[in-house]
Amino acid sequence: MLRLPVLRHAAPTSLDEAIARLSEDGAMLAAGGTDLVPNLKRRQYPEAKTIVSLRRVTGLDGVSVDDDGTLRIGAMTTVARLADDGAVPEVLREAAGAVASPQLRNRGTVGGNLCVDTRCHWLNVPETWREAAEPCLKAGGEMCWVAPAKKVCWAVSSSDLAPAMVALDASVRLAGPDGERTTPVAELYRDDGMDHLAKAPNEILVEVIVPPLGERRAGYRKLRRRGSIDFPILGVAAVLEIDGDVCTDARLVLGAVASAPVRVTAAEDLLTGRALDANVIQEAAELAGKAVRPMSNTDLTSRYRKKMVPVFVRRLLRDLVDA
Amino acid sequence: MRIDPHHGVVGRAAPRTDALAQASGGLVYVDDLSYPSMLHGKILRSPQAHARIVSIDTSAAAALPGVHAVLTGADLPIAYGLLPVAQDEHALAIDKVRQVGDAVAAVAADDPDIAQRAVELIDVVYEPLPVVATMNDAVEIVDEPIHGDGPRNNRHREVSLDFGDVDAGFDRADHIREDVFFYQGNNHAALEPHGAVALVEDDGRLHLWSATQVPHYLHRIVAKVLEIPEHRIRVTANPTGGGFGAKTDVFAHELVAAKLALATGRPVKLILTREEVFYAHRGRHPVLMWIRTGFTGAGEITAMWFRTYVDGGAYGSYGPASLLYTGQLQTTTYRIPAYRFQGVRFFTNKPACGPKRGHGTPQPRFGLEVHLDKAAEDLGLDPVTIRERNLVHPFSTTVNHLRITSCGLADCIERVVEASEFRAKHRNLPPNRGIGLAVGAYMSGAGLPIYFNDMPQSEVLLKVDRGGLVTVYSMAADCGQGSTTMLATVVGEALGLDAADLAVVTADTDLTPIDLGSYSSRVTFMAGNAALEAAMKLADLILTAVADELELDTDDVRLGRGVVLAGDREIPWPDAVRMAEARWGLLTAAGSYKPPKGIRGDYKGAGVGPSPAYSYSACVAEVDCDPETGFVAVEQVWLAHDIGRAINPLLVRGQIEGSVHMALGETLMEEQAFRGALHDGPSLLDYKIPTALEMPPVEAILVESIDPEGPFGAKEVGQGPLLPVMPAVANAVHDALGIRVDEIPLRPDKILAALRDRERDGQGRYGPTDLPAYEFRPPLPVDPPPELR
Repeated sequence: MLRLPVLRHAAPTSLDEAIARLSEDGAMLAAGGTDLVPNLKRRQYPEAKTIVSLRRVTGLDGVSVDDDGTLRIGAMTTVARLADDGAVPEVLREAAGAVASPQLRNRGTVGGNLCVDTRCHWLNVPETWREAAEPCLKAGGEMCWVAPAKKVCWAVSSSDLAPAMVALDASVRLAGPDGERTTPVAELYRDDGMDHLAKAPNEILVEVIVPPLGERRAGYRKLRRRGSIDFPILGVAAVLEIDGDVCTDARLVLGAVASAPVRVTAAEDLLTGRALDANVIQEAAELAGKAVRPMSNTDLTSRYRKKMVPVFVRRLLRDLVDA
Repeated sequence: MRIDPHHGVVGRAAPRTDALAQASGGLVYVDDLSYPSMLHGKILRSPQAHARIVSIDTSAAAALPGVHAVLTGADLPIAYGLLPVAQDEHALAIDKVRQVGDAVAAVAADDPDIAQRAVELIDVVYEPLPVVATMNDAVEIVDEPIHGDGPRNNRHREVSLDFGDVDAGFDRADHIREDVFFYQGNNHAALEPHGAVALVEDDGRLHLWSATQVPHYLHRIVAKVLEIPEHRIRVTANPTGGGFGAKTDVFAHELVAAKLALATGRPVKLILTREEVFYAHRGRHPVLMWIRTGFTGAGEITAMWFRTYVDGGAYGSYGPASLLYTGQLQTTTYRIPAYRFQGVRFFTNKPACGPKRGHGTPQPRFGLEVHLDKAAEDLGLDPVTIRERNLVHPFSTTVNHLRITSCGLADCIERVVEASEFRAKHRNLPPNRGIGLAVGAYMSGAGLPIYFNDMPQSEVLLKVDRGGLVTVYSMAADCGQGSTTMLATVVGEALGLDAADLAVVTADTDLTPIDLGSYSSRVTFMAGNAALEAAMKLADLILTAVADELELDTDDVRLGRGVVLAGDREIPWPDAVRMAEARWGLLTAAGSYKPPKGIRGDYKGAGVGPSPAYSYSACVAEVDCDPETGFVAVEQVWLAHDIGRAINPLLVRGQIEGSVHMALGETLMEEQAFRGALHDGPSLLDYKIPTALEMPPVEAILVESIDPEGPFGAKEVGQGPLLPVMPAVANAVHDALGIRVDEIPLRPDKILAALRDRERDGQGRYGPTDLPAYEFRPPLPVDPPPELR
């Protein structure tokens, strides 16, 4: 098997200590490690020197509900726990249950999934393979092999939870050397495959705060080749507020079509204030399809994945309306 | 002589004799081996697909503390190859590299991390050469042939044969149909990667353990390349964590581990990474096919012309045989009165292809069975009828001189059609649901050995100790198919003993007599027959001794279950054994098996295809397709297999279910695809194998045709049941959606492309249309066998 590079392993027991260790040169955060370890084995992080594990920091896991219905999810809560917890809205349980495989969900965490590195089939390959191809932009080379024209990395946001959390208007609490801050999940991401998280490397995502869903309807659908294991090649999350026949508010977010979750405001605007009949849903689905441009950097063809966007959006919206 | 089982050992659905060890982690795989002061080997592989090696500087690697040896091509200069006609490989590249992943240099070091650092310190300067990534490239890029002394168009092998009067056959046809198909290559993806451990024993002899299906061939090639006499080498094949043909060739890492052990005097372990397994490959050849068949109005085949274009990758490997297999077995299921087969295998700068379960036959089987389905539609026949009208007859000879003996294909079709309610469902299922039928046949062992010789292909030795334990010695390598259990069951049945009470020593060149290896589905038929012969001789020794001792007529002495029945007495087996040892001395018996003569023709190429018996399968698959996403869900598979006789029905069903899983992977998603000459994703995340969630229920139906020559009538099951699954699913997709994807795998994007084609007033087809610009030489006429003239 591929072997890990020689690394130091730090297992701090407090958040402050973890932030301090994470501030050191070459430190990387492990919050489950299900994606980090294979990436390290493929030598995707040549700068890595120390792995800072959050496993021994207490108080970072668990799911609780405030009096007003606000859901608080500790960053180290396993994805399996999220998928199973009755207090968690269905849409998040669907998204969590769609992550990887049962074994990986037992190990992977909510914080880890939200921060999971972007992926690309020119990057997430063994180092020997990348050398044979000549390293791409993100691997330290001069060019992105997906779209060589621009010096931009198109690696794909591959979190199942991210689009669902964005659609739910969730926020994350981040702890850093200068204290804590809370930011909408939507603002955690940047559409840049090289640097997709809008947070300092020594800031730690400690909690996800999800406002109550109330009477709104929400769902998540995932496209992947197999019913398990595979990363999303398309994720669709939607939240609809429906009053009588009329949609009074809508959130529609796509995952795995860019380096960050993509909120399709054009479709949201179209849906809002309308009765959601088949024509309106179809129109919204087509707007979603036009909003994104998947690249040839993951499983199946970019053309196929683009074609699937309206199909998956339409199916999800129809399911939510029929629910 | 046909021998029927009567002790209830054969035919019992018993767990494998090593089931507990397998399930509890007790089986010793090659990576489980560890020896004091063992070193770890690592191979430096080429990042270039095609390049001249200008220089190799190993000085920094050799100087790294903890490194004990560094090898380059100069240390292992002798060319080898599994087939005598394909001696085109070197353990470590000499002068040039021909694929990404070619072995270039190797080290042995104190631990795997030092070994890894050491290979990174080796400096190789390459001069890139034009890369041949496709078969079209092979024809067009002629400046630098991949094999320097090879033909400029990178043609590796060609075959062009005419059996009977093909032109006359087409002349009398009422309907002629032509189709083009492509079958993408794929990897075996055995969970256990390849690996080897080597050391020099106290007596100075080299001992090599390997995850191999072919210890005998490995033994010969190690002797050749290392220039050590065979008697100074011992090869042990560990149980493998899956073979499927992946481990039937000899690989660089085996030769390198052996050489490093000799160079350092210390044990050396070398286990491949998954990426290296994809580069070692020897998997399914990508095959482009063109088929032309003439039919009478009633659907009877009058002539067939089959062309195959085979992408071989960088080396010969089993390729000359693989190429012939793309044409030779078409005649084993259908009566084809005149047959033209033309095939060509090209070298390309990609990992070498070779034998994977079904070896060269799943690709043409896919093409043939879909082609027949289309012809049935042309002629207004149903898929069952067109097949039944052309079925090969039991105990007949094919136009290409293959001897057919027992054949349960008609039964297989009937059983599977009935179980699936095919006739009621075909063309009548709700929208997007469909059902498809296909058949197949496979060899119970290749009629000829890999290297020409007149010796037996399999030999078994039995030895009995004074406690009554019978030990079976055979070189048969258990690659998961259950050959060890089969040997115990056959000998147990013959002697009236429980399979679990025998000891079986296998796959060790010091300890066991020859078996050529676990390939071509040969072990049950050949090692089984050798074991049966040995057991019958042993039974005779024991019965004679008991009869003499008790002064009985030999007719009054026979074997019972764990006893010898002598007149009205029951002699416990151990007592009978002691009487026999007193009478004869050490109790041993040997058996050998060699396929009968006269089962093949005498034309060039006739050596590939003959077998002492063929297994037959029929498959029905039912699918539910999503016309918006192109996803195909296989809802159920019915598979009837003519096993001859089921020595162990549980293992037979296991092989059928495993075959269906592997076949569905090939049908729907598995592909060894490339970006240029770079593997598209050498990991088990990117190389998609169906999970348990994609696996439908399988109804396995066992048809027992009782072969006259098989051990207790048995034939093969390891490969045959795979063959009809791919075309059955493709035919079911056609029934569901009315489209044809003439290409494997049936990826969702191809399904949508075919649907798009139909919307645009097309035929609703996705698939290849063009063939490489390659001119076959005129076919060599071969007279049909006398009874068909």
